[in-house]
Amino acid sequence: MAKADLDKLVATFPEAIVATHSHCGDETAVVLPSHLSEIMRWLKESGGFDLLVDLTAVDYLGRDPRFEVVYHLRSMQTGNRLRIKVQIGEIEGGPPPEVDSVVSIWPAANWMEREVWDLYGIRFAGHPDLRRVLLYEEFVGHPLRKDYPKERRQPLVRRENLLP
Amino acid sequence: MSHPSPPHQPTQIVFGMPTPAEVVAGTALELRSQPVPPPGWTPPWTREEDEEEEEELELPTEPMTVNMGPSHPAMHGTVRIVLTVEGETVRAADVQVGYLHRCFEKEAEAATWTQIFPYTDRLNYVSPLLNNVGYALAVEKLLGITDRIPERAQYIRVIVGEMSRITDHLTCLGASAAEVGALTVFFWMIKAREWLWELIEELTGARLTNSYVRIGGVAADLTPDFAPRLRDLIRRVRQTLGEVESLLVKNRIFRDRMDGVACFSPQEAVAWGWTGPCLRSTGVPYDVRKDHPYLVYDRFDFDVPVGSRGDNYDRFAVRMEEMRQSMRILEQAIEQIPPGPVQIDDPRISLPPKREVYNTIEGMINHFKLIVDGIKVPAGEVYSYTEGGNGELGFYIVSDGTGRPYKCRVRPPSFILMQSLHKLIVGGGIADVIPTFGMINMIGGECDR
Repeated sequence: MAKADLDKLVATFPEAIVATHSHCGDETAVVLPSHLSEIMRWLKESGGFDLLVDLTAVDYLGRDPRFEVVYHLRSMQTGNRLRIKVQIGEIEGGPPPEVDSVVSIWPAANWMEREVWDLYGIRFAGHPDLRRVLLYEEFVGHPLRKDYPKERRQPLVRRENLLP
Repeated sequence: MSHPSPPHQPTQIVFGMPTPAEVVAGTALELRSQPVPPPGWTPPWTREEDEEEEEELELPTEPMTVNMGPSHPAMHGTVRIVLTVEGETVRAADVQVGYLHRCFEKEAEAATWTQIFPYTDRLNYVSPLLNNVGYALAVEKLLGITDRIPERAQYIRVIVGEMSRITDHLTCLGASAAEVGALTVFFWMIKAREWLWELIEELTGARLTNSYVRIGGVAADLTPDFAPRLRDLIRRVRQTLGEVESLLVKNRIFRDRMDGVACFSPQEAVAWGWTGPCLRSTGVPYDVRKDHPYLVYDRFDFDVPVGSRGDNYDRFAVRMEEMRQSMRILEQAIEQIPPGPVQIDDPRISLPPKREVYNTIEGMINHFKLIVDGIKVPAGEVYSYTEGGNGELGFYIVSDGTGRPYKCRVRPPSFILMQSLHKLIVGGGIADVIPTFGMINMIGGECDR
């Protein structure tokens, strides 16, 4: 079962696991951002988690670290699922928060990481093409951050050259 | 360049009426007769040298950038594909989505848990009931009431969900057939979809924006003559599918755009996060209804069709067969459905009957609190997944214990399918772009949210 996968992960990387829980039957591990690439590659190659189901982020404004990037994995052989979370903080006035990209492990992460950059302003180091995907390049800010007011309006400005 | 003259050509050919001098000399006829070509002589315009010369003339094939979309009749919803073409061959493609983005998540964070149902209708707007069911299951999982949902409500959810799956596939296949010229197929399939939507309209009050499912059950019980009408409908839809298949399966134009076009291997499909009919077309038998049964799907006998080559035709065939399997599920569900309530009996979750709301103070307060404050969902996070029209439709919701979600993320299957569209169309012809795109079945509302 998925619990065994979680235990195996904890046994292999004891120093990188921040917390684990199994709320509502969803096996979850919070890992350190510094070990993310290594753990993800191990999960894909040794753990058999070959399908990256979902990748998203949550903004816990007022908490430190502020952001959480959430990965949902599934093994096509066993059908087990695992949720990996990584917490990253934000430096006031500094560069946007950054976490390692997993595109080289699962190509499926490509647009999902672009979406997280677009809507949450979290950068992914090593992403081949980190453009906005749902909004347009001229958009200012990242609307799913909790400090972005829902009522804010922005004019749609056109790029001079429409071709890439 | 000039061609050599045939041998024995007269030195002079004369046109017009014979002159008196020619008549006297007796040469009038000879001068006007066509020269008789010797054996072996061919007219210059059929000579091989000509063909060689034409082959030498090549068209300039510099790479050219072509914009397909965003406003194109064959683009379901709005999407822009920037193609770099060399002649008729696509060399590079940049797929750009987001034209229908309308902040589903941001709006959901400001709405109560129940108010999100209308937003989910507008995700995959050709199968809105599947989205309703998927979202309701996610909230119920976090509430911990999955096992307490009345059985009749679970059966109704299966029935409306499978009906929506059929309308989803009918729209996808009908529109794709129309795009390659088979307009009759489109009309027939849309006619069948209309029958289904008439019945759904009678049940839910709306054709598209149903908002029929509620947290803890469904809004209303089935109409009295629902079962006989559904049985009659299934018979007619089956007949339509047979007719459509006879028009398409042996149709050369259709097969040319489908067979062996845009192949994808199972390994690639898994790596790119494919789910649903597109993943099954590559031969991977992953169906959430079979692998992680939810509601009452484990009580039905149905098969999961898979393809073998992962090309456009397999995606077509898998969807055709899935509609038949959905009808099998519908027939079994309408036989097995037990009587009983359709809403959970819990005043913290379901609204009291209108009679109580208008006549008792407790009922009115209960109603008021549920409408204004919303259902209180315990703090926590949950990921719940169902089989949507295009693949695994997941909801990742985070609650902070209030009546509104802290985060409500939908895993949109067609957004994830669309990111590998460029892999499918690069290397093929321009004419293959639209059928391939049609078989991916991107739904703008779901892809862009």
